[in-house]
Amino acid sequence: MESYRHTSTELIKPGVDKLLIALYLLLVIVGWLSIFAVEHRAGEDVLYHMMHLSRNYSRQLMWVGISMLLALVVLLVDSRIFPALANLMYAFGIMLLLVVLVAGKDIKGSHSWLVIGGFQFQPAEFTKLTTNLALAKYLSRLDVDFSTLRSRLIAIGLIALPAAIIILQSETGLALVYLSFFLALYREGLPGIILIIGFSAIVLVLSSLLVEKHLLLIIFSIAAAIVIYLMRRSFRRHPERLLLILLIWGFCSVFVMQIVPYIFTHVLKPYQVTRINVMLGKASNPQSSYNVLQSKIAIGSGGFWGKGYLKGTQTRYEFVPEQSTDFIFCTVGEDFGFVGSMMLLGIYLIMLFRIIQIAERQRSTFSRVYAYGVAGVVFFHVVINIGMTVGLAPVIGIPLPWMSYGGSSMITFTLLLFVLIRLDADRQKILR
Amino acid sequence: MAEFHQSRKRIIQLIFVGAFVVIAARLFYLQVVDIRYRQIANAQAIVRKLVYPTRGIIYDRHGRVVVNNTALYDLVVTPSEVKHLDTTFLCRLLGIDMASFRERMEKIIRRNSRYRQSVFAELLPPDVYGRIAENLYQFPGFELVERPVRNYPYPVAAHIFGYIGEVDSATIKRSHGFYQAGDFVGKTGLEKAYEEVLRGQRGVAYLVRDSRNRIQGSYAGGIYDTPAVAGKNLYLSLDIELQQLGEQLLQNKIGSIVAIDPQTGGILAMVSSPSYDPNELSGAERSKKFSRLFNDPELPLFNRPIQATYPPGSTFKPVDALIALHEGVITPSYGYDCRGVYLACGRPIKCTESFPGHASNLYNALAYSCNSYFSQVFRFIVDKDHHPTQGLAEWDRYVNDFGLGKKLGIDLPGENSGYIPDSTHYNKIFGRHHWNSCTIVSLGIGQGEITETPLQLANVMCIIANHGYYYTPHVVDSIEGDPGFYFRHLIKHRIAANVSDTDYDIVTRAMAAVVERGTATIASIPGITICGKTGTAQNFAIINGKRVELKDHSLFAAFAPREHPKIAIAVVVENAGFGASWAAPIASLMIEKYLRDSISTSRLPLLHRIMEANLIPEYMLERKRRLDSLNRIHDQLEAMKAVKPKDTLIP
Repeated sequence: MESYRHTSTELIKPGVDKLLIALYLLLVIVGWLSIFAVEHRAGEDVLYHMMHLSRNYSRQLMWVGISMLLALVVLLVDSRIFPALANLMYAFGIMLLLVVLVAGKDIKGSHSWLVIGGFQFQPAEFTKLTTNLALAKYLSRLDVDFSTLRSRLIAIGLIALPAAIIILQSETGLALVYLSFFLALYREGLPGIILIIGFSAIVLVLSSLLVEKHLLLIIFSIAAAIVIYLMRRSFRRHPERLLLILLIWGFCSVFVMQIVPYIFTHVLKPYQVTRINVMLGKASNPQSSYNVLQSKIAIGSGGFWGKGYLKGTQTRYEFVPEQSTDFIFCTVGEDFGFVGSMMLLGIYLIMLFRIIQIAERQRSTFSRVYAYGVAGVVFFHVVINIGMTVGLAPVIGIPLPWMSYGGSSMITFTLLLFVLIRLDADRQKILR
Repeated sequence: MAEFHQSRKRIIQLIFVGAFVVIAARLFYLQVVDIRYRQIANAQAIVRKLVYPTRGIIYDRHGRVVVNNTALYDLVVTPSEVKHLDTTFLCRLLGIDMASFRERMEKIIRRNSRYRQSVFAELLPPDVYGRIAENLYQFPGFELVERPVRNYPYPVAAHIFGYIGEVDSATIKRSHGFYQAGDFVGKTGLEKAYEEVLRGQRGVAYLVRDSRNRIQGSYAGGIYDTPAVAGKNLYLSLDIELQQLGEQLLQNKIGSIVAIDPQTGGILAMVSSPSYDPNELSGAERSKKFSRLFNDPELPLFNRPIQATYPPGSTFKPVDALIALHEGVITPSYGYDCRGVYLACGRPIKCTESFPGHASNLYNALAYSCNSYFSQVFRFIVDKDHHPTQGLAEWDRYVNDFGLGKKLGIDLPGENSGYIPDSTHYNKIFGRHHWNSCTIVSLGIGQGEITETPLQLANVMCIIANHGYYYTPHVVDSIEGDPGFYFRHLIKHRIAANVSDTDYDIVTRAMAAVVERGTATIASIPGITICGKTGTAQNFAIINGKRVELKDHSLFAAFAPREHPKIAIAVVVENAGFGASWAAPIASLMIEKYLRDSISTSRLPLLHRIMEANLIPEYMLERKRRLDSLNRIHDQLEAMKAVKPKDTLIP
């Protein structure tokens, strides 16, 4: 490093991924315009509200400013600082989460906020970054062989620890986000069978929720009987196969008959049960189904071309609750219609593909794991958030990256992305 | 080692694309396939609001505004926004008690939800409005909303203008969606006849509301809005000052005045007495005042000039004379030796005059209104063909030509046709061939079954003044922005029987003699030749189940000036006696006012004598007294009811 003496602009420019920065700026602008559309009324003194931070859009602009300032700092520091400080930051993040448990404030039914000098801050957002760094740091250690069970369990433990604390803060939605790190683990060699089993488990859970359990038991039994009948000739040579089939059948039956009811009555909170039921269409919680219905009405009423910017009625006149935060996608859906929604999805997809491309061009494992972590988190947020606005996913209240109103998520996602950009700029180096 | 798993990049990309495709498909369904959401959104956020146009203004023949629009205020409330209400104070300002306040509030919430604005008290009297407007800041959730109502600068001509009222369900059905419950629509008079012209076109404004039903402005910048088109103004042939004079002359009398411009058929004045101030039926306490008028035994809501029918009495004699002259059954020099009674038909018919020679020729006979003369003339007409059925049919044709026994088609609702009996009528009563000219002789002097409306009587005067034609009588001369209306509307009717000008001149001369030296000298105006005819009509009423002969109706029909007739007039004063005593001077004053624009000072005593006279018949006064005492008891009961709950409710 000493051999290079660059001016600050030259220091940033070489190797910085312009496409990612462009996509980031695009999303920030679209997001801000959407928040503006929700609140702005004709004849309103925009400048006044800007100066007095009296509107969400003016405060969001402030958060964007702060985020970009932090992004600039990230781009200016030495990339070696990230692996160096990863563990320390992870510990700091866990500490913050614990502080929240003690000194946190209840806002909208979740105990996940810290109030510092008048600003509310959600450490659960921030720990996505620290967890990702720590995971990358761990997997990039030379003494770690990820094919061993021990290392896999440690990696999963790194992810599970913050998630567990966040669940204690009643922010299940944000805790679920940590599942997205399995994407990075999968890329690093976690057997695909685990993902398949996980996916099968999800199908099993869903079917156990949707179909009456006794009927399901009959279906499992018939399926098992058919499989046994078809494989009856191979059992003589491989009797363990019969045992395996019977085991799977037994597990599924117990799961459906005992475990799922137990989870519903003892583990999940009543509001979570209703949210899941509403998502599955089994129940209609007035508040939750109202939100989703209004969200669907807003998006659906946009039609093919949309109503035009600032012309949406549903998103502008308080029909959709949490309009600027969780349901910001409705504004795009209503004002810009199917075309606009597709373009927004396109921007996110290009971004995700670009991140994967960047991940694969890293020489350093740290950078690659980190990149896949970013891709996973962004993917999870986008799919669940938009899925929830169109009624495909339960309303778990997670923001749309770089678009939803809120300082914590804006700063976290900006840092998440710019750390990646900084690492990528130094992709020729081997970072440990 | 981890690099060995590079192929998993593909699988991850596949997962990404898969998830996005699912979302895209869902969006496609929501936004493109399923149009339901658009409808729900519009229903939720867009309010279709009707914009009411202002009703057309009505002007009289000199361009004076006679029907105008003004604003009263409704007190409206949005129950969900009512906070910290001083109910007692508001009740005191409105003059209602707590119980009815609560009752109204509950009704509003039940009918229209807590979040929507509803009318709490409509059409506040100005003093109540003032008190509430001052204190409105104390009543959050309440608002004063302007509502246009009719206003009448001259408190006259109520029957001509008519009134507007809430539309009934039958009209709503018939209008194919034009009217909605609560709309105001013309109920009688011009308001009804010209409803489609006066009402204008309603506009529609699309407004955006938020989730709590608060209006946020116009939808899509108002591009889907249709503006309201104001109702068209009407210009009447009516002279509002003449109308005013007519109503003053008929105050405390029951009767009608109809004045027509014979050159156009335009109604100059049309008085129905008793009348009421049209402002009473517009604005606060409208329904209460309406029911009082509705129950009044004098029938102030009854438009007598076109709805009441009277036997014309002697005012019919000029028509007799014209028929007889044209048929050639008499010449002007024909005389009848009347000695005060007509005996040719057995049953004596009394004549008002008895001095010899009062029927020595047509001129005298008409001037002195000889009953014997015209009974004889009528019999000449009927017996001309030696067959009363044919003779009467002939007579009927003439009479019908003169606009009697049929509706004239005036542009006001509820016109009566009057009645002219024909031979079938008498065949039914007496049997075929069992009647003759003597049986029906009273028709000749305008008595018996024959009845006319005052409008028809005035129209007969137009025909005589015009020497054989009339225009359909009408109140509206022209409509703003419809230049063709005047010509479409001005329909000339020429009398089919081609009575010659000479015959008209003879009758006109005779009618001038009525005022110059005959029965109606009281009506003469120096410098104006009035051609007129008095009438005194016998009439009966059923009082307490008995047929009682009442005091005669006083009638007078005339036109003036003789040379260039500008006004034709008919006056009926019920149960007032001789035609000459009341109807003739009233007509004379009206003619003077119209032709000279003022009443000469020498005639002011006459004017005042008539204005101050109370000619309401005794039986009517008796009915009124009875109703008034009933009303008083009713009011006392109401007052007691209103006081009682107040005492118990306020702690």
